[in-house]
Amino acid sequence: MAQIQIRRPTENTLLVELVGNWRLQDPLPSMQELIRACRSDPLVQILRFNTQALERWDTGLITFLLKLRRLCAHKHIEIDVSGLPQGAQRLISLATAASEREGSSQISVKESPVSRLGNKAIRTRDGAHDMVAFIGDVFVTFLRFLAGKARYRRSDLSLTIQECGARALPIVTLISVLVGLILAFVGAVQLQQFGAQIYVANLVGLGMAREMGAMMTAVIMAGRTGAAFAAQLGTMRVNQEIDALTTLGLSPMEFLVLPRMLALMLMMPLLCVYSDVLGILGGAIVGVTMLDLGVSQYFYQTQEALTLTDFMVGLVKSAVFGVLVSLAGCLRGMQCGSSSAAVGLATTSAVVTGIVFIVVSDAILTVMYDILGV
Amino acid sequence: MNDASITVQDLTIAYGEVVIQRDVNFTVNRGDIFIVMGASGCGKSSLLRHMVGLQEPARGDVLYEGESFWQADDETRLRLMRRFGVLFQSGALWSSMTVGENIALPLQEYTDLSEKRIREVVSLKLALVGLAGFEDYYPNALSGGMQKRAGLARAMALDPDILFFDEPSAGLDPISSRHLDDLILELRESLGATVIVVTHELASILAIGNNSVFLDADTKTLLATGHPQKLLAESPIPSVQKFLRRGEEVSAPTS
Repeated sequence: MAQIQIRRPTENTLLVELVGNWRLQDPLPSMQELIRACRSDPLVQILRFNTQALERWDTGLITFLLKLRRLCAHKHIEIDVSGLPQGAQRLISLATAASEREGSSQISVKESPVSRLGNKAIRTRDGAHDMVAFIGDVFVTFLRFLAGKARYRRSDLSLTIQECGARALPIVTLISVLVGLILAFVGAVQLQQFGAQIYVANLVGLGMAREMGAMMTAVIMAGRTGAAFAAQLGTMRVNQEIDALTTLGLSPMEFLVLPRMLALMLMMPLLCVYSDVLGILGGAIVGVTMLDLGVSQYFYQTQEALTLTDFMVGLVKSAVFGVLVSLAGCLRGMQCGSSSAAVGLATTSAVVTGIVFIVVSDAILTVMYDILGV
Repeated sequence: MNDASITVQDLTIAYGEVVIQRDVNFTVNRGDIFIVMGASGCGKSSLLRHMVGLQEPARGDVLYEGESFWQADDETRLRLMRRFGVLFQSGALWSSMTVGENIALPLQEYTDLSEKRIREVVSLKLALVGLAGFEDYYPNALSGGMQKRAGLARAMALDPDILFFDEPSAGLDPISSRHLDDLILELRESLGATVIVVTHELASILAIGNNSVFLDADTKTLLATGHPQKLLAESPIPSVQKFLRRGEEVSAPTS
């Protein structure tokens, strides 16, 4: 327990006796008593310490003394530290040796709402500018690729294809079957009331082929591969690996972004078809086991309901999603700052950007299909 | 052997509106081991980034044998960059490739050598930096010092005319750091390359440098150029003296 006792040995000297344990975990006495003592007449001119009853001390004591020192400086009271333990004296002189550098303590000025709005607008504009510039870079890179001039490692491309194609199959399988099941259940509850449970096949087939197959694979790939792209590129940025490529005259766009985008753009439609088929299978499980439909009956109905156009509608969507998800992942990865926290931000931002892109473009495409009548 | 290899002209280094260094002018001669020194945060590494083409200067230019780097078109710039070898602070090996593939990549991209020849060159370069037989290791299986040496092997892959080192001794123990210094000297002698070293490691500066610039963070410009030993003996500038004597205050020699 930390305590202070204040005495006045002479007219203008204040003797502060520090008693007990002065550690960070001990409750420290308040300064009030001292402030009152300093104010009393006749005016105190010098402050001394007595530490004979002081037991253990650490940073707790030093912070108290520094506070006291500041108070004394304010009131023009001289402070005599000779009564303090050796170690404490040294720490205080060390802490006060270098005066605070001017302007080093950043005073956080409270921004007015107007300037906050303005700054936000400027940042948004810069962000949009970066994105457009990146899309332009990607476009030029693809032109070079088509012209056969792009430099990249074939082995990188095949590795990335394996990573975002074959390795994604288990998760796509699980999600697609479940989505098929869910669609079937949702439809079954309504359609059974009219004895029209056979139309569950139409619902699941159309739902998967036109919408959910493409959508679900895109969301999975945004969380799985888009995030991985951003994390890989971001880490390479932090480790100066991207700088090392640039100084060798190798374009990071061709070397890193191109194979990743190509791989995902190729794999996304394939995964979409796979997802369509498995979704229909999931619907069939519900149809056969719970709605007493025959297996062949279910598949015949599905075949009747679906045309190739319906599959194409989904495929076109998934091709667009493939471009957008890989674009979002690579964009955020290349924009990454140079710290480990920035890699985390880039990854999060890649997923968020990817999903926003997916949903917005899906809405646009659906409206376009409606106008075109497909 | 005393012709100018690199000339830095009126270079201003700035991030946005914050100016780090202004009006930096100096010349590096061919075969120099040129030290860029200064306190932390004075813009040494930024200067290096400007010289190797990673960051565009706010003002000014860098000339390689009289040829402008930043005014040039992309093609010229790439041609000039191909003559550089850069060793980054952390080695910056591509972590998805083995050490051997790291060194082979520039050779595959820029030469017509057969795979077999490339493998020979790779093992030679690794042997030069004391890492013979480490071709199939991934960078994360190597220690910091070994990664740096592997990075050096990669920087030397294309037999560059100019080698840049960013803080070569950062994070190395004194003995490894000394070995790296010896290696730098050895390479300069045998390859005849010009070497630019960014460092604040006093022992290295005095041991290997034969020319230098001192960048100052307070005045935001370069304060002195010359042989580091000579600067130590003769420079009248207090902050240069203080830096080269590890902060010991000495009265500047009267000369």
